[in-house]
Amino acid sequence: MKAVRQDRRPMAGTASKMAAALALAACICAMPSLAYSQAANAPSEKIWNELKTDVFEDRTIQSDTGLIRIEAPKRAQDAALVPVDIFIDPAKFPGGIKSLTLIVDVNPSPVAATFQFGENSGVTHLSTRLRVDDYSYLRAIAETANGELHMAQTYVKASGGCSAPAVKNQDEANRTMGQMKLRQFAEQDSQTGKGRELQLMIRHPNNSGLQKDPLTQYFIPPHFIHKLSVSQDDRPILSMEGGISISEDPNFRFDYTPDGNGEIRVEAVDTDGKVFRDQWPLEAAGL
Amino acid sequence: MVRGMAFDTSRRQVVKGFACLGIGATLPLCCGGTWIQAVAAESFTLTEIVDGVHVFTGANELMNEANHGAICNLGIVIGDDAVAVIDSGGSIVEAGAFLAAIRGITDKPIRYLVNTHMHPDHIFGNAVFRDAGATLIGHRNLPRALAARGEFYLRSYRNQIGATLMKGVEIIAPTMLITDRQELDLGGRKIELRAWKPAHTDNDLTVFDPATQTLFAGDLVFLEHLPTLDGSLLGWLGQMDELAAIKAAHVVPGHGTAPASWPQALQPQRHYFEALARDLRKAIEDGTPLAEAVGTAASSARSDWQLFDEYNERNATAAYAELEWE
Ligand SMILES: [Zn+2]
Ligand SMILES: [Zn+2]
Repeated sequence: MKAVRQDRRPMAGTASKMAAALALAACICAMPSLAYSQAANAPSEKIWNELKTDVFEDRTIQSDTGLIRIEAPKRAQDAALVPVDIFIDPAKFPGGIKSLTLIVDVNPSPVAATFQFGENSGVTHLSTRLRVDDYSYLRAIAETANGELHMAQTYVKASGGCSAPAVKNQDEANRTMGQMKLRQFAEQDSQTGKGRELQLMIRHPNNSGLQKDPLTQYFIPPHFIHKLSVSQDDRPILSMEGGISISEDPNFRFDYTPDGNGEIRVEAVDTDGKVFRDQWPLEAAGL
Repeated sequence: MVRGMAFDTSRRQVVKGFACLGIGATLPLCCGGTWIQAVAAESFTLTEIVDGVHVFTGANELMNEANHGAICNLGIVIGDDAVAVIDSGGSIVEAGAFLAAIRGITDKPIRYLVNTHMHPDHIFGNAVFRDAGATLIGHRNLPRALAARGEFYLRSYRNQIGATLMKGVEIIAPTMLITDRQELDLGGRKIELRAWKPAHTDNDLTVFDPATQTLFAGDLVFLEHLPTLDGSLLGWLGQMDELAAIKAAHVVPGHGTAPASWPQALQPQRHYFEALARDLRKAIEDGTPLAEAVGTAASSARSDWQLFDEYNERNATAAYAELEWE
């Protein structure tokens, strides 16, 4: 199974290492592991201790600094669709944060996504939905402008989120793939109440590639959005390198600081090389 | 009350699986010996609800080792020449007891096994009826759905109901596929199969017996047991009138009391779905995030259902993700 295309363009620094870890982990654990479901029923740092050097080498990762906070339900209602919220305290990072890495310890491909933020993007809150394969820590690691790493984690009880097929209505999913919807929330309606908010929704099965056809014994090939960028005109707000742990119909909600009246532009690329683009005028109501 | 069709209880024939253990024991089963089989058989009762239509009523529970996975309703329709079985049950143990009970009623060949949809409680017993010579029938989408989910079902249910009860369970896709409507001839009695658009799942199939005006609705109809959503809320709501238009006198729902009067049996679930859709549409409109919205959606319907806490938030999660695209 090939969860990540080999022709990724090289990336600088941490991001490329994360991509490598993502690809590596996906290959190692292509077979859904039963050992996990039997072993990982109690919170354990064991997987993380092995994983963190793959992703961050020997860099220092600070915990409980208050810079970053992560929230998710203690028990997932649907392991293929686990809502997760990450909050960044703007008072604690005057220089802004450069990137954010989301990790699901036990997933076959633990690095769920890496987000890069544009300068002065003003993102202090980001929510998305994840597949979680078993009882696991979810971790968010922020990299500040001066290169510090700050981590927060939360524990979620879930099972089968990666190998469970999320698509409930396959014909509809095939027909609507690539459609996007953008909602714009005014400051007072945003989750933090501090900035304007965007909710970006993309129709895509985001197949994990971990579903095996019991009749043919073949894995159904992975097919997911692996690159995403959101900008206002040409000014980047955020971009994402994603893996198979982002749920079907990827959904991102985040606050940001607009600059002028330029339109919101989105481009997404999936592992088949299909490019999806859309744009929306900035809503006056959101001003 | 059931319209049009009176149930003469004195005429009802009740067949218990344990009466037929001798037959059951000769089945080519590999499921943990005769003890567990006997336990399953003792609790397996087929009731003749109308002429030639026999029904087993599942427990309103999650599948587990103690209930042998026997949580959904199963049925048979007997013609002059052959028998059609509707769903095979949630384990080989249950399916074995089911087959034994059928053999206590008739020795006509079991020509067809109809799978109403993909869920394990309805299909895990398929191997027993394949081995008994039945042709497996399903919705045209069922093989695709089983290809995507089968492996996951086998693995996750091993955790839930235990390896012993999973013994012999195979994912077997139907070979005869229904795209729209089709009749099955059982000899002097024809039953009508109908494939539906996505609702409970994207592979729902119903069986109608015109002779007795009996509708086997599969999981398109739930009573008492909270409906579970694994397809499309809008699709289910959108087909409710079409379902109601079926000229049945009574229904065997996928879960809950069987038989029940038709189309009144649709009312409780329609009420639940409408409450769920209304609450979630408001939350989405207000910008209330998913995690927060699913905690309270449809809570006004909580006292109407069993297993509400087990399934409602999951239904709400799926429904929210569907409705936010409206
Ligand atoms: Zn069912
Ligand atoms: Zn079902």
